[in-house]
Amino acid sequence: MTTSRTRFTAPQRLLHWLMAICILSMLFIGVGMVSTITPRYLTLVQIHKPLGIAILVLALIRLALRIYYGAPSLPADLPEPMKLAAYLSQYILYALMISMPLIGWGMLSAASYPVVLFGGVHLPSILPVSASLHTLLWHAHYCMAFAFFAVILLHVAAILFHKLVRRDGVFETMAPALTRDHSE
Amino acid sequence: MPQSPSSRHLPLARLAIIAVVVGLVAVAFVYTAGWLSPHRLTPAKLVATLAPPGGPALGHRRNHAKGICFTGTFDANGNGSALSRAQVFVPGQYPVVGRFNLATADPNAADAMVRVRGLGIRITPPNGQEWRSAMIDAPIFPVSTPQGFYELQTAAGSKDPEAMKKFIASHPEFLTFLGWAKGAPWTSSYAEERYNSLNSFLFIDGSGTKRITRWSLIPAAQPVSITPNELAKRGPDFLEQEITQRVAAGPQRWSLVVTVANPGDPTADPNKAWPADRRSVEVGTLTVRQIEPEADGPCRDINYDPTVLPAGITTSDDPFPAARSAAYSRSYNSRTAEASSYPRTPTGAKQ
Ligand code: HEM
Ligand code: HEM
Ligand code: HEM
Repeated sequence: MTTSRTRFTAPQRLLHWLMAICILSMLFIGVGMVSTITPRYLTLVQIHKPLGIAILVLALIRLALRIYYGAPSLPADLPEPMKLAAYLSQYILYALMISMPLIGWGMLSAASYPVVLFGGVHLPSILPVSASLHTLLWHAHYCMAFAFFAVILLHVAAILFHKLVRRDGVFETMAPALTRDHSE
Repeated sequence: MPQSPSSRHLPLARLAIIAVVVGLVAVAFVYTAGWLSPHRLTPAKLVATLAPPGGPALGHRRNHAKGICFTGTFDANGNGSALSRAQVFVPGQYPVVGRFNLATADPNAADAMVRVRGLGIRITPPNGQEWRSAMIDAPIFPVSTPQGFYELQTAAGSKDPEAMKKFIASHPEFLTFLGWAKGAPWTSSYAEERYNSLNSFLFIDGSGTKRITRWSLIPAAQPVSITPNELAKRGPDFLEQEITQRVAAGPQRWSLVVTVANPGDPTADPNKAWPADRRSVEVGTLTVRQIEPEADGPCRDINYDPTVLPAGITTSDDPFPAARSAAYSRSYNSRTAEASSYPRTPTGAKQ
């Protein structure tokens, strides 16, 4: 899945940064909403559901782009454990980006809640009503949300390490689309 | 891309920057989650105050824990379309799953010990845009704000003999409710009660006009009053036995009446009734056709969250529905996770 390109393609970079903002927002919205009883609760829930489903759609597009375009190869001198960590974290991030929204959707379905996106737009239920399924998915959504946050923190720390300490060009492979494609 | 020579020895300043960035994001997250704000009123805290001294009844609703399921229909007569574009108001018959209940955290409480009775209802029109509501027979709510409700529960559960006095001193609105609780007649049937939304909601009609409303279910059955003592003599679960027999003998009906606020009415405070002359529209009839025990009944795993509303109805400036939604979800998550403590047998293995 690697390519001779030195950067991710523009659509990949665009999706990466757009989704980074969306996903971080989702994590903050999620923990914020379950800890308040003010009217903000409803506002946050009303953002959480459609934004989560949007992330699912974007993640599937992103996965297709990744399979089609591949990724620039990592620096040849990167130690093996770091390479392994880089690959593993990418798999984990993709898995979370796709499974978290599905689990959220399934959790609401199993609890017999309508899955309302905007005003009149409803999604169909994807699971039968079941207390045990609901409980399983609710616990999964909760635990995986914290795992997601932890993996993102590691990801950011690792990228900053590449950028500030190793200065090996890994950051530049995903640098925001506006910067010019130059080789140092 | 040549490696810069400075990366050979670890630049501590740069590592520190990384640690600070990651640390700040983590602290912001923890702050948002409320872990740094012990005084924030969270759904978990609000629901915890409802628990009786021995802890909550596992597997049961954290409030209005004693109840029985019903199924039936809602016949919309079309009048509601003047107020809201929701499909539930278009003439037609739509299925209903509901629940009669008592406002207590104890599923085994004796009927005569519980002053407030409630009804949960879910109407499902063909477009799937459900309308859920949980209503009570009191004409006003005990307190004006969700925070007030938390303080009421805290005072009621407190060992301090002065706690209720102090609570009332800071919440004089509670006295109006006490007046009702002490003075209003009791009935011996769920079918003879009037159930009120108390909270206000926004209705949006076909032209986009918004109106703030409350609604009530008004029983067709004539209320017959009874003293709590007489009710107690009929047995601790008389209400469930009575409604089961009554509905088996014939369907029971309520008419659904929507009341529209005038400008200036107290729309954000369910402790304040609106003047009796407000425009009210009868929008249809609820018919209860069958009663089923809760333990394996169709209402068991439903959360009658008052914010599950069809397009055409939404929340108003009343802060309660949001607080209730957050609390009911918490209660629902807990009770469904404890389902094994409340077996799905017709009797729910009631002792
Ligand atoms: C909110 C969360 C984020 C998620 C879910 C995320 C996810 C990912 C994923 C899955 C990749 C693999 C490339 C791909 O196929 O798209 C990646 C790469 C990358 N990310 Fe992120 N990212 C996030 C936040 C960030 C942030 C805040 C930064 C900047 C500090 C960053 C910088 C990078 C860089 C430079 C790469 C390319 C290097 C590599 O392939 O590992 N990401 N990210
Ligand atoms: C990338 C996608 C998503 C992320 C990162 C995310 C994250 C979170 C987080 C952090 C929480 C708070 C967990 C807690 O502290 O209890 C949460 C709760 C929740 N999420 Fe998501 N979520 C995502 C997608 C969705 C989707 C698509 C739905 C539904 C359509 C959904 C429905 C919910 C619900 C209903 C809760 C409240 C759970 C409860 O009752 O405790 N989520 N989510
Ligand atoms: C902040 C204030 C309130 C709190 C914290 C609260 C709390 C609760 C909880 C935890 C439940 C159990 C939910 C479940 O597990 O499904 C419940 C049920 C119920 N509540 Fe409230 N409540 C509040 C206000 C109200 C108001 C204003 C009304 C009526 C107008 C009301 C009427 C009911 C009814 C009828 C039920 C039973 C619904 C059913 O059959 O499932 N509550 N309440």
